[in-house]
Amino acid sequence: MAGYLASEDVTATIERGAATAPVLKPTPKKPTPSGKRGGFLRSSNGKKAVMAVTGAAMVLFLILHMLGNLKIFLGKDSFNEYAEALRTLLEPLAPYRTVLTILEAGLVVAVVLHMWAAISLARRAHHARPVKYVAKKSQAKGYTTHIMRWGGLTIVLFLVWHLLDLSFGVVNPKGYDSAPADRMIAGFDLSRWWVTLFYVVAVVMVGLHLRHGIWSMFQTLGWATRFKALRPVAALVSAVLVIGFLAPPLAVTFGVIK
Amino acid sequence: MNLTLKVWRQSGPSAPGKMATYRVEDVSPDMSFLEMLDVLNERLILSGDDPVAFDHDCREGICGMCGMVINGVAHGEQRATTTCQLHMRHFEDGATITIEPWRAAPFPVVKDLVVDRSAFDRIIQAGGFVSVPAGSAPDAHSIPVRKEDADDAFDAATCIGCGACVAACPNGSASLFTAAKITHLSLLPQGQPERLTRAKAMVDQMDAEGFGGCTNTGECTAVCPKGIPLDTIAQMNSDYLKANAK
Repeated sequence: MAGYLASEDVTATIERGAATAPVLKPTPKKPTPSGKRGGFLRSSNGKKAVMAVTGAAMVLFLILHMLGNLKIFLGKDSFNEYAEALRTLLEPLAPYRTVLTILEAGLVVAVVLHMWAAISLARRAHHARPVKYVAKKSQAKGYTTHIMRWGGLTIVLFLVWHLLDLSFGVVNPKGYDSAPADRMIAGFDLSRWWVTLFYVVAVVMVGLHLRHGIWSMFQTLGWATRFKALRPVAALVSAVLVIGFLAPPLAVTFGVIK
Repeated sequence: MNLTLKVWRQSGPSAPGKMATYRVEDVSPDMSFLEMLDVLNERLILSGDDPVAFDHDCREGICGMCGMVINGVAHGEQRATTTCQLHMRHFEDGATITIEPWRAAPFPVVKDLVVDRSAFDRIIQAGGFVSVPAGSAPDAHSIPVRKEDADDAFDAATCIGCGACVAACPNGSASLFTAAKITHLSLLPQGQPERLTRAKAMVDQMDAEGFGGCTNTGECTAVCPKGIPLDTIAQMNSDYLKANAK
């Protein structure tokens, strides 16, 4: 084990220069955060766990969202009925849009916590290497791990546009007071090909994010050792989500759905 | 072989460092990387210059003392090899080689390529003790251990604590080191009594030292001279979460 534990400064010298570095006095033990209140969320592993759990919630949401989108292939009415059904879940037990609003609030919390954990860990990583390497070569296989932070940022920017376009209708030709299917079909019209292009780029980015993220989630929660096929499964789930999300807008843009 | 070396020179912990360029001629391809640096240092001494300080001890790849980032890769591009076991035959004649110290805030540079890895010692110390009878040696078969567990524990225990994982990690995380030390005890019956408290204390100490968090990039295991698997990190995470749930 590397360490410099001699009690006084010693320098081994060879002729005109020191061949070995001066031996340092042992540095005092740094205090640990354990025992303090909130220690778990302040620890790097705690933040990782928050990242994993919120990520898992968002992946479940994405799967349901994708299945809902695919209803457009069953016709505009089917899609509009699905959108209405989301708002009338558990009616009449719960008032209109109660369940949906609760789910939406949960998603907002998940997004915020996920970003908090990511930013906090990125800052920690930044402090851990104040002097950068002159030369640094990646040795691990897989490019997806290197785009998690920028990919996340791309997804957030997309999310803002996506909500303005299809949820609030602010930047949608049909506006807010329109049927969801009409907003989708007008939004991805061939004349707005750049919207479709932005959508494709963002969804592919989500897929790459998840390819690392889904596996990473199991690793963080300590379950990765039990499921050896996790990496291929993560890639498969990501691919299915990308195809499922790209099918409706591309079908609209290329005139399959009118 | 004739080589051009670009070496990080830093005269002391608080001095600013910079890359210096040296020519080394007549290097034998059979030399180890450290022997090549010995040749450089002899010439530097003869010409009245300060030799390049670097850590080394056994030069057999088992002590964990040596280590430098060679051409952007901890211990060089040869897989599962420490710097002392890296030979010059893996380099082209006339090549330019950049040599840098491990770069991480918890590993302050002492001089040139020597970094202070005492942070690792403090993580080990935080782990505390293992409850085993310390009298006469017990019979080897007195505590049965599953073969798979024994193998995995041994794989983790091969960690020599060189610090390459920290050097390679884009986050400057010590997760692979800490996970290896936690795992080699947590898989064995002898490590069970203090298993969770040990995991929590060691991970908390790792954080306190200022290491970054793990983002599962796998850079650490790719450069690890002992090939410690990423599974150990999953084991550490599992133990840490269980310790916090209690």
